[in-house]
Amino acid sequence: MTNVISEIRKDYIYNLILKGERADGRTFDEYRDISIQTNLISKAEGSALVKIGSSQVLAGIKMQPGEPYPDAPNRGVIITNAELVPLASPTFEPGPPTEVGIELARVVDRGVRESKAVNLETLCLVPGKQVWIIFIDVHILDNCGNILDASSLGAIAALLTTKVPASKFGLGEDYPLPVNDIPIATTAIEFGDVVMFDPDVDEESIANTRLTVITSVNGSICGMQKSGTGTLRTEQICRIVDVACEKAKEIREKFLEV
Amino acid sequence: MEECNDNISFFKEGLRLDSRRPDELRPIKIEAGVLARADGSCYIEMGGNKVIAAVYGPREVHPRHLQEVTRAIVRYRYNMASFSVEERKRPGPDRRSHEISKVSREALEPVILTSYFPRSVIDVFVEVLQADAGTRTAGINAASVALADAGIPMKSMISACAAGKVGDTLVLDPMKEEDNFGQADMPVAMTPNGDITLLQMDGRFTKDEFSQALEMAMKGCREIYELQRKCLIGKYAQLETEPFLEVQVCD
Repeated sequence: MTNVISEIRKDYIYNLILKGERADGRTFDEYRDISIQTNLISKAEGSALVKIGSSQVLAGIKMQPGEPYPDAPNRGVIITNAELVPLASPTFEPGPPTEVGIELARVVDRGVRESKAVNLETLCLVPGKQVWIIFIDVHILDNCGNILDASSLGAIAALLTTKVPASKFGLGEDYPLPVNDIPIATTAIEFGDVVMFDPDVDEESIANTRLTVITSVNGSICGMQKSGTGTLRTEQICRIVDVACEKAKEIREKFLEV
Repeated sequence: MEECNDNISFFKEGLRLDSRRPDELRPIKIEAGVLARADGSCYIEMGGNKVIAAVYGPREVHPRHLQEVTRAIVRYRYNMASFSVEERKRPGPDRRSHEISKVSREALEPVILTSYFPRSVIDVFVEVLQADAGTRTAGINAASVALADAGIPMKSMISACAAGKVGDTLVLDPMKEEDNFGQADMPVAMTPNGDITLLQMDGRFTKDEFSQALEMAMKGCREIYELQRKCLIGKYAQLETEPFLEVQVCD
């Protein structure tokens, strides 16, 4: 699952960092261009294609009635799944989900769940018997780095366009799924003293540590995930959180355009 | 009497439910080179089908015991997104996708010059993003363009489409309703000079109907071939006229 990167490329990126530059000319806090297209898949209840630079992620929502969990009889169910299909990268392989894929899906799930973007109580049909199950399926199409942010954006963008397919199951009229929050994940990597946002695939593969911060509309943090084998100092974490909040605001404005 | 009823439900004044003639393809859109990481890629829309294909290779074979001393092996993975169909599909391969992967690989392998790359593998990945009957033929069409886009040497392109029978009438490129309630479905893939590389059939045809349906499918394939060609020429003719400016130093 590791991306092979030549020593000379590694050196080049490292030397640029010492000069305060990045290979594609961005500043350390700058994101690549983000585009969101919704409702591309008419078979799905909601869908969104998110591009961050050349990275492409397609998220689709399917809904069906089903049984609630016994410990939450009045609450709907969200099941998030990520497919790191081998089409997306020379390092992805077919087969059961890998650690990376499971982590990705769980972080996306955390953003949606913890921000309470979807009020699960409103998804109850018959208490203890029948609730709506929301399947969030994230399909990675092209991995050019930072697919986590793209997946998280895709999930919420797809939810925002979701129509609850009530008529299909004889449960009344279709209606738009109420969404109360827009959680935004922002990911940074760490190199020595430098913190860089929205890493591309080369930057990802030479960094030791990655930190994802998920913020909700009111500016609070609703999820975090550190991954990688390195360490982070508190001042680095604080800086990442500060920038993450600002970036999230900018990115959230994208949704007003959709 | 039955014929009469069927005709009423599938045809209106000689046209189909989506107002196509019986021998008309659905609208097709093909785009090459849509993925940055892949060596070659293609996005295709055939009616309601949305399919993306990527080619990686020739590259080293893993696991090693699969490698062939005299030629490259070809792997083809057909996969459906869980949201591509009406009822959510459980992610991952099933018996259907294994079969489709096999016949699709065998549809493309005859034109790939595998002997140029011994001990290596050419991987073809096909993801169905939205399904509307005819995903395997859409996948093969996309894969063929993606192979060309990856610069894999081939004897020719491969084009594919299906012919079927509904309400006792032969139709080209059946859509979902026609496929579900139809009497026969026959996907075909071929080279531009008419060598068939994929042929499957289910349902019921008379001998005459079969030869007519095959003729119809082959005509569809020729139309698709022209679109595939146009797509590749569109992408690469442009590159040729551009002056060669950038040379990446650090790679």
